[in-house]
Amino acid sequence: MSVAEQSIAGAEVRGHGFLASSVGRKVIMAATGVVLFGFVTVHMIGNTQAYMGAKSLNGYAEFLHSMLHGAGIWIFRGVLLAASGLHAWAAISLTLDNQAARPVGYRETQSVASTWSSRTMRWSGFILVVFIVYHLLHLTTGQLHPAFKAPQGHEYFAYDNFVSAFKVPAVAGFYVIAQLCLGLHMWHGVWSFTQTLGLSHPRYDGLRRNFATGLTLLVVGVNISYPIAVLTGCIH
Amino acid sequence: MELNAHIPDGPIQQKWEKHQFDSKLVNPANKRKYRIIMVGSGLAGGAGAASLAELGYNVDCFCYQDSPRRAHSIAAQGGINAAKNYRNDGDSVFRLFYDTVKGGDFRAREANVYRLAEVSNNIIDQSVANGVPFAREYGGLLDNRSFGGAQVSRTFYARGQTGQQLLIGAYQALERQVGLGTVKMYNRHEMLELIMVDGIAKGIVTRDMVTGAIESHIADAVILSTGGYGNVFYLSTNAMGCNGTAVWRAYKKGAAFGNPCFTQIHPTCIPVTGDHQSKLTLMSESLRNDGRVWVPKKKEDCKRVPAEIKEDDRDYYLERKYPSFGNLAPRDISSRAAKQVCDEGRGVGETGLGVYLDFSDAIRRLGKNKIEEKYGNLFEMYERITDENPYETPMRIYPAVHYTMGGLWVDYNLMSTIPGLFVAGEANFSDHGANRLGASALMQGLADGYFVLPATVSNYLAGLKPGVRPAADHPAVVETETAVKTRVEKLLSIKGSKSPTHFHRELGKIMWEYCGMARNEAGLKKALELIPKLREEFWKDVRVVGENESLNQSLEMAARVADFLELGELMCLDALQRRESCGGHFREEFQTEDGEALRDDENFCHTAVWEYKGEGQTPVRHIESLTFEYVHLATRSYK
Amino acid sequence: MSHKSMNLTLHVWRQKNAKCDGKFVEYKADGVSPDMSFLEMLDVVNEGLIAKGEEPVEFDHDCREGICGTCSMVINGRPHGPKERTTTCQLHMRSFKDGDSITLEPWRAEAFPVVRDLVVDRSAFDRIIAVGGFITAPAGSPQDANSLPISKENADLSMDAASCIGCGACVAACPNASAMLFVSAKISHLGLLPQGQPERYLRVRDMIAQMDAEAFGTCTNHGECETACPKGIKMENIARMNRDFIKASLTFRHATIGGGGA
Repeated sequence: MSVAEQSIAGAEVRGHGFLASSVGRKVIMAATGVVLFGFVTVHMIGNTQAYMGAKSLNGYAEFLHSMLHGAGIWIFRGVLLAASGLHAWAAISLTLDNQAARPVGYRETQSVASTWSSRTMRWSGFILVVFIVYHLLHLTTGQLHPAFKAPQGHEYFAYDNFVSAFKVPAVAGFYVIAQLCLGLHMWHGVWSFTQTLGLSHPRYDGLRRNFATGLTLLVVGVNISYPIAVLTGCIH
Repeated sequence: MELNAHIPDGPIQQKWEKHQFDSKLVNPANKRKYRIIMVGSGLAGGAGAASLAELGYNVDCFCYQDSPRRAHSIAAQGGINAAKNYRNDGDSVFRLFYDTVKGGDFRAREANVYRLAEVSNNIIDQSVANGVPFAREYGGLLDNRSFGGAQVSRTFYARGQTGQQLLIGAYQALERQVGLGTVKMYNRHEMLELIMVDGIAKGIVTRDMVTGAIESHIADAVILSTGGYGNVFYLSTNAMGCNGTAVWRAYKKGAAFGNPCFTQIHPTCIPVTGDHQSKLTLMSESLRNDGRVWVPKKKEDCKRVPAEIKEDDRDYYLERKYPSFGNLAPRDISSRAAKQVCDEGRGVGETGLGVYLDFSDAIRRLGKNKIEEKYGNLFEMYERITDENPYETPMRIYPAVHYTMGGLWVDYNLMSTIPGLFVAGEANFSDHGANRLGASALMQGLADGYFVLPATVSNYLAGLKPGVRPAADHPAVVETETAVKTRVEKLLSIKGSKSPTHFHRELGKIMWEYCGMARNEAGLKKALELIPKLREEFWKDVRVVGENESLNQSLEMAARVADFLELGELMCLDALQRRESCGGHFREEFQTEDGEALRDDENFCHTAVWEYKGEGQTPVRHIESLTFEYVHLATRSYK
Repeated sequence: MSHKSMNLTLHVWRQKNAKCDGKFVEYKADGVSPDMSFLEMLDVVNEGLIAKGEEPVEFDHDCREGICGTCSMVINGRPHGPKERTTTCQLHMRSFKDGDSITLEPWRAEAFPVVRDLVVDRSAFDRIIAVGGFITAPAGSPQDANSLPISKENADLSMDAASCIGCGACVAACPNASAMLFVSAKISHLGLLPQGQPERYLRVRDMIAQMDAEAFGTCTNHGECETACPKGIKMENIARMNRDFIKASLTFRHATIGGGGA
């Protein structure tokens, strides 16, 4: 396009609102990212009760389902679904923009600052989507879990389902791979949301990286420990 | 030719104010009916185009670069002067005026210089308002430094990037007007000719450097802010694209040329390393605040490692010759002193064309950290270019062409001898006389752009009928456009054997040898024989590959070199006729016993104003006499 | 100073104009001195091409001292070449060794169409500035420069951001061809100064709207821009821009049309 054809106009004239703007969509991505990372962290902490035995974990499952007379879990699910949806929408629309921004690529590229984690966000994210669907059908609703025991009244069998699931090495393996993807996604994502939400100050910038690394290692480490603990017989 | 500088009457302190009051105004509703062409987008052009558009005029602004932000004003490092007296060290408008007239070796017009000093304070206010991040003290007030031989601290600076920051300030104001639709910006457009209708400047012909389209643009007034012509020397500190085409084309249409031979050679540049060299890099003059300049006393020491040369065997020649100014002696004096010691065979470095600028004393006195804080970016730049670490071994520097004080002659209104053609910034001859002081170029560019042009151009336009301009098919327009096309075709059709760069380099050698730091009659006469021969060869044997209809840098270069080949000749002619030494113009025949410039106020206290007389004709030298009522003529001494 | 001369092989992107397709062409650069700048090496190659009657490789360049921001090329996959905080014109051949093969490509971005060979059109940057990258202060008689004290820290931070030369290396280096480092540098430069406050939140929205309209990509926090920037502009500026944008979006009101004057 020639210089003359390009128009110059601000946000008001263009009707360029928050959701249409690149930074607005990034903020949506970051804010929903915070919700999702918050969830995986809480999920990881809750599941540590597997190490305390069947009663503990099953009781935890019952607690989740009985919050606010059973409405609590649906509120959680609603929020998570909305966050995931918005996160995916922002990711797809930004990715399409980014691909359109460089229609002709370089013959040679040399990455200096970017990491494998930052460059594979869209792949790790995609694998996580597949994993989440599987995970829900596997341990929440049980359709993909041959030995699934559905709850009966107020009695939950989360522990049994958990142990019987990871006794299958292929399932355990898939969970481990998914967690590694989560790690890749988190390591860049946690640092990235601080940047996108403008949480930057030279005094704390070093901490941002350490926080991302620490949180990622903790969540992924603990999550991976479950299938391994089952396979090695520590949890039985 | 009638030369009238139109200097207002009255005491010098009131001339500008009175002149502004006496100037005619344009009715606000009529302003948008006028169209102004601004060629160039540097400090003078960018600030001028923005300010005129702010007044309500339509402005078409042209630059050869891909963006107005690239204009070469951006490369100025050291700072900008203003008579704020923030330091309480005795500065005033009158002192800045006095220093500038004296620094220019009494070859500038008093009234213009006074106005420059007067508006200098507004420039700082304006730039700060535009967001220029000047250096500040911890208390939040502006910092100043002493610069370029001034004995007061009146220089404002933004690290080593003052020119960049001031230009970006002006560029942002300009872009604001582009956004508002009052300025139409033509990037990658080069002015190739001035359009004259009935003896009045009414437009320009440009070449779109991307498509090759040759187009006419019509306006009520044309302003050239196209910078200096230092690239006539091939190697200079100017940007590669800087050229003299716009002023030269205007000269050939009747705008007189003032003092073409006045060029400034900057003393602190990185020396040449080989034939492949394409340009010279300036090291800020501020380095001389802490660096000591020396060469070995004995020729045989020149090839030795500097650290091995004992203190007693070093000649700190600036401190020796000019004890009161020492290493801070003005540019022309320091440059000449460097040339002298190198001519004596005491130059250092592989080529023998270099002197040391040594920071070891300063590092001992202030510590390496302090030096790094002050000059870190310059040291880094030096090391990148030379692969030598200036913290450990002295820098090598040598003078290089940096600025041209000469330019198109203008009156007090900055109007040339062609009605309707204004010239601002380095492109005009006006304020610096025979030598420009450090940190004064930025001041002049912005003074012209922000404050002088808006007043004087309005005054001119007020005398024109609004909205009446020649039609695009006016015979004078068509004729001019055709001439440009023919010239471009001619350049492409020669298909000789040598590149435009070859001719440029050859011209540069002649100019540097015979019209450089020191000039003499025999040499200038020789140059006046060599240049026409080279020009003739150029028009027979230049090879311009490619076509007009696309981006073609060799075609651009060829057109510029063709003009340099004529401009260089005028410079030599002017240098030959000015039979005195003053400022940057040093004629070897005219010097004192100890080698200082010997001015001849009796015969040469004037501006030489050259009038073009046609192809193959010798131009005519007119005179604008200079009178000094406020700063009395005195020998400039920095001893 | 080294005297060994080098022989190099160049793979250069040649493209006649924005409409034509381009391709890589191989050239030999023999007898290159390590003291040459990268562009001087290209000058020599071009002189050779002219001597053979071929069209020289077009590349953007002007000041050749690292400040104007004109030069622009991707050298072996890195904008401005292998040295950090260096523009192409300040890169010297001593950074290469004899026998090296060098790939030269233009900045690649939808918003920077190729003009010819290694030359691209960066006027998108000008348009982003034109929509809001300024302080509205028409030439006239503003207040005295010292009537507005600015803390040295903010003045220095503003200067850090203002040292951007607008070369576009950030866009070229970004895997998403995002211009956010450039835009945020201007927003920081002006937003850190008291003079820039009145338009601060208007500016950030307008500049981002123009940036998006120019078809730049969006930042995904890779950090390539920061390492490619010849002036060391920091990603901290992008965080500051995001912060300002969030605040601007949360507090923004539609412009109202005021009553007329007397």
